[in-house]
Amino acid sequence: MEKFKQNRICRGGVWVGRQVLRAAALIVLVSMLAFFLVSVSPIDPLQTNVGQAALGSMSREQIERLEAYWGMDIPPVERYLSWGFDFLSGDMGISLLYRRPVAEALAERLGNSIWLLLFAWVFSGILGLSLGILAGRKRGGFIDRLVTGLSLLIASTPSFWVAMVLLLTFAVQLKWFPIGFGVPIGMASQAVSLPDRLYHAALPAAALSITGISSIALHTREKMIEVMESEYVLFARARGESETQIILRHGLRNILLPAVTLQFASVSEIIGGSVLVEQVFSYPGLGQAAVTAGLGGDVPLLLGITVLTAAVVFSGNLAANLLYHVIDPRIRRGASG
Amino acid sequence: MRETQKRGGRRLAMLLLLAFTVVFLGAVVWLGDAWQGTALATDFTRKNLSPCLTYPFGTDWMGRDMFARTVAGLSMSIRIGLLTACISAGIAFLMGLMAAVMGRFADGMIGILIDLVLGIPHMLLLILISFACGRGFFGVVAGVSLTHWASLARLLRGEVLQLKESQYIKIAERLGKGRLYVAFWHMAPNLLAQFVTGLVLLFPHAILHEASITFLGFGLSPEQPAVGNILSESMQYLVTGKWWLALFPGLLLVLVVLLFHYIGQAACRLIDPGSTHE
Repeated sequence: MEKFKQNRICRGGVWVGRQVLRAAALIVLVSMLAFFLVSVSPIDPLQTNVGQAALGSMSREQIERLEAYWGMDIPPVERYLSWGFDFLSGDMGISLLYRRPVAEALAERLGNSIWLLLFAWVFSGILGLSLGILAGRKRGGFIDRLVTGLSLLIASTPSFWVAMVLLLTFAVQLKWFPIGFGVPIGMASQAVSLPDRLYHAALPAAALSITGISSIALHTREKMIEVMESEYVLFARARGESETQIILRHGLRNILLPAVTLQFASVSEIIGGSVLVEQVFSYPGLGQAAVTAGLGGDVPLLLGITVLTAAVVFSGNLAANLLYHVIDPRIRRGASG
Repeated sequence: MRETQKRGGRRLAMLLLLAFTVVFLGAVVWLGDAWQGTALATDFTRKNLSPCLTYPFGTDWMGRDMFARTVAGLSMSIRIGLLTACISAGIAFLMGLMAAVMGRFADGMIGILIDLVLGIPHMLLLILISFACGRGFFGVVAGVSLTHWASLARLLRGEVLQLKESQYIKIAERLGKGRLYVAFWHMAPNLLAQFVTGLVLLFPHAILHEASITFLGFGLSPEQPAVGNILSESMQYLVTGKWWLALFPGLLLVLVVLLFHYIGQAACRLIDPGSTHE
C-alpha cells in the first residue's frame, strides 16, 4: 500500500515536470518566432534609430561601425543565440527608446499594469460566472435573453472604443475621473499615493473588465444549461430540492471546472485588451510600452515584452492544468494512477 | 399542423432577415467605395459642425463629412475582414487536413504551432507580424490572417482525429485508398459544415482586429479612410468636447460587427440539420 502510494506521487511528479518542461519549451519557441519576425522586418534599425538625415551625412566607415554595433553583420541565428543567452542571464538588452535596460523598464511597466490586469481578470471572471449562471438557470427566459444579448453586444464592441466611451462620459463630461496617465500630472513619483494610483487606474480597469465578461458568461451559460437539463438535476427536483440548492450543489460544482480553465485561458485575452485600453488612457503600462516599442522600432523592448507576456500566459495555462488535477477528484486519480 | 406551419414561418423569417442584413452590409461596402472622394473632400467653411440634418455624423476639423468618412472606412474594414477571414479559414482547413494526412509527427508540429499562436496575446502577435511586414495594408492583411486560424484549426483537427477512428475511413484505408484521397474525398466533406460556420464566425473578429490594429497605428496609413484611423484621430478631440467624432463611427462599427455575428448565428442554425423544422 505504502509503495503504491509512493509510486503514484512519483508519477504525479513526472507529469508535473513534463508540463513545466512543455511550457518552458513553448516560451523558447515564442522567443524564436518573435525574433524571426523582428529580423525579417524591412524596418531598418539604423534608419529608425539614427535617422535618415544623420545617416546621409555619415561617412562609409561610420556607417559600417554603426552596423557592427547594431550587429547587422552577424547572421541571425548567431544573433538569436547571443541574445537568448544574455536574456537568460538577465541581460535583456538596452531599450532604444527609453535609454535604459529593458529589464528595468519592463519591471516598472509591469508594476503599473499588474494591478490593472489582476483586477480586470478577477472582476470579469466573477461577474461573467454569475451572469452565466443566472442566464443558464432558465434557458430562453428574460434574464437569459438579456445576458446573451449583452454578451453579444460586448463581443461586438472593440475594447478601445469601450475605453473611449468611458473616457468621454466619466472623464470629459462628468469629470469624475482623470483623463489619462497613471499618476497626477506634474507630481514627483515619490509623492504619488496609493489612492492616487487607484483613482487613475479605475477607468482603465473598468473598460478592461467589461470586455472580458462576454466569453466567460456565454461559456458558463452553455454549461449551466447542460447541467440544468441533466437527469441528476431532474432527480434533485423530484427530491424536492429548492432552486438555490440545485444551483449551489449541482450547478456550481459542475461548472467550476470548465470555468477555471477558461478563466486561466483568458489571461491572454486580457493582456491583449490591455494593449488597446492602456493606449486610450495613456496609462504607462506594459501594453502601452508594446505599442510604443512597435511604432518606434525598439526591438529589444518589443522582444522583452513578448517573452514576458508569453511566460505569463503559459504559466496561466500550466496553473489551469495543475488546478484541474487538484479540483477534480476523478482526474486526480486517473492521471497519476 | 398549424404548429409546423408556424415553425416553417420562423425559418422563412430568419432567411428574410438574413437576406436583408446581407443587402445592408453590401450597401455599406458599395456606398463606401463610391464615396471615397466625398470622404476626403475638405471644406473649411463647415468645420467642426456637430451632428445636424445635412451632416448626421457632424464634420471634423478639416470640414470632412464624418458620415461619408465612416461609411468609406467601414467599407474598407469589411473588405479587409472578409479577405483575412477567408485566408485564415483556408489556413485552418489545410492545417486540419494536414494533421490527418501527414502522420503523427506533422500532427504534433501543428499542435505546437497552434499552442504557440494562441500563447502570444492576440494584439501583441498582430503588432509583431505587422512590424515584420513593415506595417501598411500588407501588414494588416498578413497580421489578421496569420493570427486567427489557430482556434478553428484546433477544432477541425479534433474533428479529423475523431473521423480517423470511424469505420468508413478505416474501410477506405483497407481498400487501399491513398491518404490524400481519403483526406479530400472522405474527410473534407465532413468538415465542411464546421468549416463554413467557423469561417462566418471569423468575420466579426477579423473586422474588429483590423480596426484595433489600425487604431494603434500599425495598420493602414493615416490618410486612408479606415474606422481605426477615424477613431484614433478623434482621440485628440475628445477632451475638447467633440464627442460626435468618436461616438457615431464607433456605434456604426459595433452595428456592422453585430450584424456579422447575427449572420454567423443564422447561418449556423440554417445549416444545422437538427433545426430544419423550426
